[in-house]
Amino acid sequence: MPYTLPKLPYAYDALEPSISKQIMELHHSKHHQTYITNLNKALETSATALSQGNLADHAAQLSAIRFNGGGHINHSLFWQNLCPASSADAKPETAAPTLHAAIASTWGSLDKFKAAFTAELLGIQGSGWGWLVKEKGTGLLRIVTLANQEAVVVGDTPILGVDMWEHAYYLQYLNGKAAYVENIWKIINWKTCEARFVGGRDDAFVALKANM
Amino acid sequence: MPIRLPTTSLRTAGQAVRGARPASVVGGITFARGKATLPDLSYDYGALEPFISGKIMELHHKGHHQTYVNGLNSALEAIADAKAKGNDMQAAAVAPLLNFHGGGHTNHTLFWENLAPNNKGGGGEPEGSLKGAIEKDFGSFATLKKQVNTALAGIQGSGWVWLALDKTAGTLQVITRPNQDPVIGNMIPLLGIDAWEHAYYLQYQNRKAEYFENIWNVVNWKTVAKRLEKAA
Ligand SMILES: [Fe+2]
Ligand SMILES: [Fe+2]
Repeated sequence: MPYTLPKLPYAYDALEPSISKQIMELHHSKHHQTYITNLNKALETSATALSQGNLADHAAQLSAIRFNGGGHINHSLFWQNLCPASSADAKPETAAPTLHAAIASTWGSLDKFKAAFTAELLGIQGSGWGWLVKEKGTGLLRIVTLANQEAVVVGDTPILGVDMWEHAYYLQYLNGKAAYVENIWKIINWKTCEARFVGGRDDAFVALKANM
Repeated sequence: MPIRLPTTSLRTAGQAVRGARPASVVGGITFARGKATLPDLSYDYGALEPFISGKIMELHHKGHHQTYVNGLNSALEAIADAKAKGNDMQAAAVAPLLNFHGGGHTNHTLFWENLAPNNKGGGGEPEGSLKGAIEKDFGSFATLKKQVNTALAGIQGSGWVWLALDKTAGTLQVITRPNQDPVIGNMIPLLGIDAWEHAYYLQYQNRKAEYFENIWNVVNWKTVAKRLEKAA
């Protein structure tokens, strides 16, 4: 069964002025859709090859599955961990009390965490993502950066992801990516982050499963 | 027909970044007093229109390339400081930044030079010994183009595609480099195409295949031929 584009939980212009309507529309309806289209194509080709006992043709699709599958997973998680700045979900103290406390005990304060996360995001060399994750086993919070469309898929629970591909901000911020990161803090859906943190991997990936 | 726009103000802005002191040129890379500096373009920002917009060229050169130049100089300074203190490990830790920003500076410098507007030799097809080498190693110019465009479309993230000379084998090859990794070792870069989203997004958005198709109209084959001659 092919994967389909998940609906956004808000309108394309709902994240303005942090992220413009034009960016959201292209990012969702074009970029995310392309990852899904190419994922479905690669899955179908590899399944056909496998059913014919053709390991070489099957293996040839794995890179495309990893890349486009990662693109689908990452963007699905990303849309859910954003919300309009006016929403009650955008207030970390009230929307994410448990996570907020864990962040404060890990980094000293929410502001110090934001500064550390921002520095990691701006240090990415090329396309990629920054994630706040709950580490497998220890349950500790960590900041990780992943290149291109690598996804948080092995063990750790993704809590909060920020897309640092140029397509995520270029039409509005041009080469000023620091301003994009500064403004994205206003539209974080802390309620979603809290649910992922308090719950587990299954809760984090729930939106993804709904669109299979 | 190339569209010519009045780009005087853009050009002036482009020249303002040139270092006041005489710069030396090493392998196409400009240094002034031991520091990397932003090279001037040999054409106006708007000169590659309609294939690459003037806005893209201006941001790409004055914004992005300048950032690599600054990052390279900071990395070189950090290494010099660490070496002065005899701290080799601290110097080695700067290597990723040196590779990224040094690569960014080198790649963009080569890129500007292997592009040209139609009235300054951009577009058309390779000639002479370059044409011969391409036909020997790819069969035809059309096949080379196809290979390059396939490589460009296949990049998963940011990166570059190069037509390069493999010095050991003596053959031309199409190679991909992620992010700002420079073409080094026994590979000699002849023609580079920037596949970062910043290279086309303002004009082409998600339609990158159109950018890859259009950029052939502004490839400076004379530069590519000169690089091959020098390397062979
Ligand atoms: Fe994206
Ligand atoms: Fe570039």
